[in-house]
Amino acid sequence: MRTLRLKADSRFIRAAIILVLATILACLSLGCSGSKQPEKTVIQNTGSDTMVNLAQAWAEEYAKVEPTVSVEVSGGGSGTGIAALINGTVDIANCSRQLEQQEMDQAKKNTGKLPHEFTVGYDALAIYVHKANPLEEITLDQLAEIYGESGKFTKWSQLSVKMPGIADEIIRVSRQSNSGTYYYFREVILGKGRDFKLGSRDMHGSKDVVELVSKTPGAIGYSGMGYATSEVKTLRIAGKAGDKAFAPNVENTLNHSYPIARPLFMYTLGEPAGEVKKYLGWVYSETGQRIVTQSGYVPLPKTGARPL
Amino acid sequence: MLMRPRREVVAETAMEMLIRLCGISAILFVFGIFFFVFREGSGFLFHGFKIGEFFFSIEWYPTSQSHVRYGALALIAGTASVTVLAMLFAVPFGIGAAIFISEFCRPRAKETLKITIELLAAIPSVVWGFIGLTVMNSLIIRLFNAPIGLNVLNGGLILALMSVPIIVSIGEDALKAVPDSYREAALALGVTRWQMVYRVLLPAAKNGLLAAVLLGVGRAVGETMAVLMATGHAVKIPASLMDSVRTLTATIAAELGEAAVHSEHYQVLFIIGILLFSITFAVNLTADLIVRGVRHK
Repeated sequence: MRTLRLKADSRFIRAAIILVLATILACLSLGCSGSKQPEKTVIQNTGSDTMVNLAQAWAEEYAKVEPTVSVEVSGGGSGTGIAALINGTVDIANCSRQLEQQEMDQAKKNTGKLPHEFTVGYDALAIYVHKANPLEEITLDQLAEIYGESGKFTKWSQLSVKMPGIADEIIRVSRQSNSGTYYYFREVILGKGRDFKLGSRDMHGSKDVVELVSKTPGAIGYSGMGYATSEVKTLRIAGKAGDKAFAPNVENTLNHSYPIARPLFMYTLGEPAGEVKKYLGWVYSETGQRIVTQSGYVPLPKTGARPL
Repeated sequence: MLMRPRREVVAETAMEMLIRLCGISAILFVFGIFFFVFREGSGFLFHGFKIGEFFFSIEWYPTSQSHVRYGALALIAGTASVTVLAMLFAVPFGIGAAIFISEFCRPRAKETLKITIELLAAIPSVVWGFIGLTVMNSLIIRLFNAPIGLNVLNGGLILALMSVPIIVSIGEDALKAVPDSYREAALALGVTRWQMVYRVLLPAAKNGLLAAVLLGVGRAVGETMAVLMATGHAVKIPASLMDSVRTLTATIAAELGEAAVHSEHYQVLFIIGILLFSITFAVNLTADLIVRGVRHK
């Protein structure tokens, strides 16, 4: 066993040396870059995973318009954005669900400022299935019975869907519990107070949901319409059995016929000012709204009032 | 008497102090981490935490609007199932490889093998997770006609591949520590090489091999990223190898970022941390005591 000790020791020393060198290098490089461009304004933008590609596209385009401002975008889920807002560590929080009163109060208590809400676009929450699945449309009740606690649907045959091969079990793909999409789905489809059925595959991102559904013949999942790919099929949704079902697209979202369309929000702490205000104003501009369309979401109606 | 320069004496003392500090710091860190984890979880642990529900209920609803429940039984079962499966693969494979490298291999091949196995240990866990998510997922669906490939089998195989290098490298050290006189004596009695391994070396090295296995178990229990991606992350007690599960570590990784600091949910995640810490501590302590047993003999 002595050889083991020796080996561990020399490995430790080597690791320590590398660590020290890395620290020195990191300090040096930080020092250099810091001294070169001191006057850049940074806007911190965190939150919704549904919106992360959209926010990234905005940030990249804005860098061309306003080179002195850098918008730093990160995802993690609406809950992450809200937590950052409450802690006061973010300038703009992206959110695919509305803030709850209790979260408003908490932010006010922690930072002294009340969050301001801006609707920056719409998303038709899409229901995805595998391409081989013959199902074309589904009702909200059926979704609730598939996903809800003590819901009765566990097999595709119960929906009178005949799956090719043996994949009759419905593989529910869901999201992690801080996701705004998870909250929205629970509130609107399962209904207030009802929980998800245990045993769903809880993915950590909107993209992961679509990815898993595309690889799993028996799967069903929900995610923002911006994540649709040619590898999966989106279902048409009907409010009740017998109603007409609608596809998740721009038109059906704007005329409110798609039943699970939702606004996408950005929140600031207090009234936005300075560069943040200018950025939000740009998001509402024609260029900003065109990027919403390009990212696969629904822009605000052209005639509507703009808050900024 | 020869006097050493004062400067040298001071420098030496200072160096000694510094090294001593480095040595003690490891202990400080371990206790510091345990203290921190315990402090974060303790508020809820002693006030309102339902220990029965935690250990015996599978209902994990940390963010429910109507009825918050913290039942971790399914998570414990998830960790246990992937760990046991991983060990079923990794132990025979790892010990076998250790025996081959230590006893049957030519010196040249031995070096190559050892380097390759250490390379296996150097692959980051997120890469393993990615392999599980993409390659293994579709492979399992196709081979077993399973509804989904992210399951106990996938997680167990990935974890087995990750713990094999540890088992091989420590197991090989244990075999090497058996004095050559044992081998010579055995061969002189006219046994075959296989008989020598089976009847002499394995009994002589059994404590070291057991320690290797236990350290492998510790690795498997503590692994997070790979199992988060490969097991499907579903709260469920597995009934077969084809069921998705969620482990204790993956739950912390997925939910800690979102839980509001000092909320109940946050504290429960730290209680899971305490549980994990206790498990790995027990496993490592056992391994260490066993290794000590080897040395005293």
